[in-house]
Amino acid sequence: MQRYLVYRVVQSLVTLLAISVIIFGLSRLSGNPVDALLPDNATPQEAAVVMHEWGLDRPLHVQYLAFIRNALRGNLGDSLKWPGETALGMVWQRLPATLQLGGFAIIISTLIAIPIGVLAAVNKGRLFDSFGKMVALLGQAVPPFWLGIVLIWTFSVHWNVFPTSGRGGFEHMVLPAIAMGWYQVAALMRLTRSSTLEVLDNEYIKLARLKGVPEWRVIWVHALRNAAIAPLTYFGVIIGYIFTGSVVIETVFAWPGTGLLAIEAIRARDYPVVQAVVLTFAVVFIIANLIVDILYAFVDPRIRYNDNEQSTP
Amino acid sequence: MNNPPPEDTPAESLGVPAPPHLLRRIWLNLRSYPLLSVFVLLVLLVIPALTADWLAPHDPTQGVIMDRRLPPVFFGGTWEYPLGTDRLGRDILSRIMYGARVSLSISLVGIFVGGLLGVTLGLLAGYFRGWIDTIIMRLVEISLALPAILLALVLAAASGPSFQTIIIVVAFVLWALYARQVRGEVLSIRERDYVARARVAGASHFRIMVRHILPNVANTIIVLATLQVGSVIILEAALSFLGLGIPRPTPAWGMMVADGRQLIVSAWWISFFPGLAITLTVFSLNLLGDWLRDRLDPKLEIV
Repeated sequence: MQRYLVYRVVQSLVTLLAISVIIFGLSRLSGNPVDALLPDNATPQEAAVVMHEWGLDRPLHVQYLAFIRNALRGNLGDSLKWPGETALGMVWQRLPATLQLGGFAIIISTLIAIPIGVLAAVNKGRLFDSFGKMVALLGQAVPPFWLGIVLIWTFSVHWNVFPTSGRGGFEHMVLPAIAMGWYQVAALMRLTRSSTLEVLDNEYIKLARLKGVPEWRVIWVHALRNAAIAPLTYFGVIIGYIFTGSVVIETVFAWPGTGLLAIEAIRARDYPVVQAVVLTFAVVFIIANLIVDILYAFVDPRIRYNDNEQSTP
Repeated sequence: MNNPPPEDTPAESLGVPAPPHLLRRIWLNLRSYPLLSVFVLLVLLVIPALTADWLAPHDPTQGVIMDRRLPPVFFGGTWEYPLGTDRLGRDILSRIMYGARVSLSISLVGIFVGGLLGVTLGLLAGYFRGWIDTIIMRLVEISLALPAILLALVLAAASGPSFQTIIIVVAFVLWALYARQVRGEVLSIRERDYVARARVAGASHFRIMVRHILPNVANTIIVLATLQVGSVIILEAALSFLGLGIPRPTPAWGMMVADGRQLIVSAWWISFFPGLAITLTVFSLNLLGDWLRDRLDPKLEIV
């Protein structure tokens, strides 16, 4: 177990390092960052002064090390668009909104997906199973941003039940959370279905039935407890999707989170802020996956001895 | 959720299958004959993409100022603009037809590039094992840990959106899936007798990989590629919705949905039809992919 833990932590750090290299490399590939800071009529001498001030005349690896040193201190530069704000500060300001919406979306999609998945497995080959498959196929076919717009049109414009956009009370969260979680329902449901099918085949389920345990208890308590492990490991992936999806959904619903911040920053060509958003997302995603894997190894001893084969499904 | 009926399992354990319900029969038919999906795909994606230049009734980029925001034909509009016009007076049907070109070309090129890269690396990793395998699988993990849209954001912020940017994003997202899947299968295939015999007969590593192992993973690759066309179309649409896709004025489905977002109160059709085109296309692609998987590679499980 300890070996596995160390292995996974080191692996996460390596991944993070690689991502930082990619992000740094892209920022330098995109042409001289000084161009964004200087007026068009600046002389080469002035440009050289600014480059020296920002350390851009040093070799690339020195610049990268400086970037990492600053990043470790929580300094990812200042925003170009919003004066007086640090890039990371902007991200921290917006993060609670994204976490709130994302958390709600995860809860909604889990509450929808798990029961459908279990029922589809129990009714394998029957009508409900087909219904489940339809849900899965539709879930993966409807683009979330369009679903968001259709939801706004139906529930806000036409029936006037929920507000169209912005952050506010509970009613502001419903539509964006559905639009965000819908895509996850499909994957989560299929996973639940297949793992429930596997579990239902086990001897202890038959034993429970023989003992006269009521059928609903066999399924929702005995079977689900073990069947839930596989979907659980998928939560690492879901958290990644939620952050990625936040970019799209927050744009549709004008939800003031980090996703919308990323788009605003790109429109303003505010590279430090984009960089801070992407690094934050990557860190959250990697930590979430690490925690999920560790929990999984805790629950399922087979993983600990089976080095790196099945970290995430 | 209700409790499932208790008489559920006995029928199955007795080996008496319940007669399929009508809806399920329709479903089974849809699945076993992918004709409908193929038809939808041809009508929505392939034919418009190939023939938009001749078949599109209007110019997709030049609008008629007098004809702004006209409704679709059965909602007060005319056959002149069957699906209505957008805020610049451009015909939505023509734009959807031209948009199919973007979706189709990006998904085909992206999957080709990503697939080629992933299959090659997967073959190398599974065949040679050792440090090559370790390095490639680390790269796979890193690539899977960086969500697609984030990479797109960085790339778009760094170099501006373009066809190449999107292909890089798509290939970057896809290669790891191919590499992981192919490597896993190669690991078991390379242990088979005929590989050892080919080796003894003096075949080179390259020849064994291409002639003896690759044909055995071909089915997996085909199924994977088919199942991915849909998600690539959605990814491209999401990028172009965010303004990170093909630059204007080339019409793309996601961009068209974005164009109508501010106007849903007065002109719902501007967003609705392009989104419907995406949904129907991806739905048919997924049906087709499922069907192919059942035929070619039933073991493959992709979430």
